[in-house]
Amino acid sequence: MKRYDMIVIGAGPAGLSAAIEAAKRGMQVVVYDENAKPGGQLFKQIHKFFGSKEHKAKIRGFHIGEELLAEASALGVQVVLNAIVIGLFPEKEITVKIDSHVEHIKGDTILIATGASENMVTFPGWTLPGVIGAGAAQTMMNLHGTLPGKRVLMLGSGNVGLVVSFQLMQAGCEVVALADAAPRVGGYGVHAAKIARCGVPFYLSHTIVSAEGEDCVTGVTIGEVDASWQIIPGTEKHFDVDTICLAVGLSPMSKLCDMAGCAMEDNPGKAGFVPVVNAYGETSIPGIYAAGDVSGIEEASSAMIEGRIAGIAAAARLGFISQEECKAQAAQQEEALSGLRQGMFAPGMRGKKITETEEGVAISENLLRHGFVAEDEIERFPGVTHNIGVHPVIECTQNIPCNPCQDACPKHCIRIGSNITALPSVNPEQRCTGCGMCVASCSGQAIFLVNEDCGDGTAEITLPYEFLPLPEKGNKGIALGRDGKTVCSAEVVQVRSAKAFDCTHLLTMKVPKEFAGKARFFRKEEQA
Amino acid sequence: MRIQEHPILGTYQKGELVPFTLDGKTLEGYAGEPIAMALKNAGIMVHRYTKKEHKPRGIFCAIGRCTDCVMVVNGQPNVRTCITPLEAGMDIRTQYGVTAQQPGGKAE
Repeated sequence: MKRYDMIVIGAGPAGLSAAIEAAKRGMQVVVYDENAKPGGQLFKQIHKFFGSKEHKAKIRGFHIGEELLAEASALGVQVVLNAIVIGLFPEKEITVKIDSHVEHIKGDTILIATGASENMVTFPGWTLPGVIGAGAAQTMMNLHGTLPGKRVLMLGSGNVGLVVSFQLMQAGCEVVALADAAPRVGGYGVHAAKIARCGVPFYLSHTIVSAEGEDCVTGVTIGEVDASWQIIPGTEKHFDVDTICLAVGLSPMSKLCDMAGCAMEDNPGKAGFVPVVNAYGETSIPGIYAAGDVSGIEEASSAMIEGRIAGIAAAARLGFISQEECKAQAAQQEEALSGLRQGMFAPGMRGKKITETEEGVAISENLLRHGFVAEDEIERFPGVTHNIGVHPVIECTQNIPCNPCQDACPKHCIRIGSNITALPSVNPEQRCTGCGMCVASCSGQAIFLVNEDCGDGTAEITLPYEFLPLPEKGNKGIALGRDGKTVCSAEVVQVRSAKAFDCTHLLTMKVPKEFAGKARFFRKEEQA
Repeated sequence: MRIQEHPILGTYQKGELVPFTLDGKTLEGYAGEPIAMALKNAGIMVHRYTKKEHKPRGIFCAIGRCTDCVMVVNGQPNVRTCITPLEAGMDIRTQYGVTAQQPGGKAE
């Protein structure tokens, strides 16, 4: 029987990170993955990640995937693909199906990093071709260059629903509406705001009544739900769509843990049936670890750190490092992990209603209800200031663990401080040069450069732009507000692209100066 | 429909354009891409019909988990088309229940 120091099940962010840490410490590691390609879901993540430098913030997910693979390969980690682990036994042995045969392998430690699967919701017509998971949409467009549909309704306002809606628009689909049965947007407000300003209407407290079509989807009806989640008659709204995308949460794929006999718990805070693990990710069976979504649904950034911790702990267990080294090295990772678990979206905050930020600023109710901060709310946030000349306007209104903007500004205009969930504030004493690094660095696309008065009755607004075709200098069109509605006419005066901006172009538009605080997106004339 | 150019990903790496058949009709797709993507780009939405109620099914999860997209490929039923790479000359058939045979009819 083949024997390894560590067997990793799942080559996603958690599994690869664990394999890297274990291999770094001299362990012989094998990673099995049922898919034809490694990386888990990272290669479908084309947005810039949140967090701070240590969490690989402002790097796009697929680039992080490439980095992990290169690192694992350089360390001699063996990754076996098209390999389905079908058995896991308490003696730390596995059976794995590769092609049409089954191998029986022994690991001195085992990490289960099998990730999660998408939840579904049923309604009349939900089995029709054209009803797809949000993950399917990402797979089609970001891996295979295939448009999932032309007109899409998204169900679900968590980060997956919001991020995939934006990606659908980037791929060239029209997102006709975003609906969620919950009364409030579940994901980051900045993700909601960037699709709302493109004109996507939000229907909170709404769910799907039915999907229509004979052989595939031709339309969808949504309706408002009451407090007991029943459709209120007369509130139905119909949309002609060819695709319905479901983003209604994820569940841990923890069957292997259960099979091995690990102690399990049904933990709503972790979004499902998960193995009970200690601070190192070790399950009730010594030497079997779990990391990433399988032990509780979180972001990929957290999964990578959990994986690293498990890799370090496994190395200590087998004597590759001392217990003291393990403690010190894991503590460093734990600090990084704890940074990600702060703020309004921390795992412990699930389902809690928040009324004000850590700074004591009343949160934007409109953002939670309609996906954008209302005009009478925006001024109260510390990143939204007025100044003479060009200056950043940071429409970041929730405490999320993210701080690249602070490091991006070469002039130190932007301050978050050591608490990475703090709302960014603008230091009016420091002179903004208009370089735009902050605009491109903001994973939430929430930073604008504004010159409120150019002296000729106009104002200039620089915004992040990640769509094609890229408008050009001189293009005329309309400026859209935070709500995605027409504000005024606008002209593009500059489009900046740079390697450092990583595909986020900086579009500067000129508008009449009275609209400086309203205009937040540009649409070319012929598209209007 | 194929995405020609993507604002973040640029252009996509593609294999060779190869012919295959769906229910005897010749279509084209890129070698190595999932069968389901080739079909989707050819405008095909229905992969199979359920046995009892003859209801259509197509791509749902696109990662080989849900088995909604299974078809008869080179005579073998229940092939997950979303994770099975397309090869030149593949004989792909709409699946009825667990066969390529329409209820009450002959195999196409």
